Amino acid sequence: MSTTLRFFRFASPAAFYPLAGKLVPWFGAVAAILAAIGLYLGMLRAPTDATQGDAYRIIFIHVPAAWMSMLLYVVMAFWAAIGWAFNARLASIVARAIAPTGAMFTFLALWTGALWGKPTWGAWWVWDARLTSELILLFLYAGYIALVSAIDDTRRADRAGALLAVVGSVNVPIIYFSVIWWNTLHQGASVSVTTAPKMASVMLLAMLLMTLAFWAYAFAVIFVRTRAIALERDNHAAWANDSVARAPVRQGASS
Amino acid sequence: MNWNSAADFFAMGGYGTYVWGAYAVTLACMAVEPVLVAMRHRRARREIGGAPR
Repeated sequence: MSTTLRFFRFASPAAFYPLAGKLVPWFGAVAAILAAIGLYLGMLRAPTDATQGDAYRIIFIHVPAAWMSMLLYVVMAFWAAIGWAFNARLASIVARAIAPTGAMFTFLALWTGALWGKPTWGAWWVWDARLTSELILLFLYAGYIALVSAIDDTRRADRAGALLAVVGSVNVPIIYFSVIWWNTLHQGASVSVTTAPKMASVMLLAMLLMTLAFWAYAFAVIFVRTRAIALERDNHAAWANDSVARAPVRQGASS
Repeated sequence: MNWNSAADFFAMGGYGTYVWGAYAVTLACMAVEPVLVAMRHRRARREIGGAPR
């Protein structure tokens, strides 16, 4: 009698594929709604900053993008390690599905940071600890993507990628604590779990809503990519054929 | 509300280029990635059963 939820059932691509398909629209909708509220509060309701003027409004995308870039790296390394240690195929697929989105958020953190640095510091870029370690994060994502796509044997590629991802994860705490460990131009954390936030509550609320929106967006995009990679790998499997048969692709839409 | 007019809003207190430059690229990335990933998924579905890649 199995009345307990069997979560490990979803560790197989065949079971995860339909589940992820059901969740994607919900994550997409949550992302859109939260982003709309967050942008309304951040761009229209939040007051102008006393020292930085309206340039500070970049914070509502800069900080969420930077947080997601670090979080996604840790999640990617975690699932890559699980896929390696337990020979779990879906875990490796998820790791690979995370990498491009993580790289995109890393690029956005650097891009929005440059556009914020220019008016407030007078420089697009400085080689300080926070910026440099975030740039290394971008190289780690790029290295992971290049490595796994350079090895033809899929599972060997997964293992090699896992090694790179796990070793590279040492960089994440370096990014996070860089503003404490070194004397950097980058400002310290505006939000921390141990102290009161150093910003007005409407600003903080807008930033947290945007972070949740980016988080939901990442879930939606990564789940679609996970489904795509699962289908590509199990091209000849019965479950793949069944899922296509249940919901046929509209022919001619983009072919 | 902080803004007296739409022009005021778009000027962003003189920082319009920086603020909108950051938002435009972010929006472009987060609009294009879902399209690319959906295309990849569609292609994977079409090629089930060993159709040429």
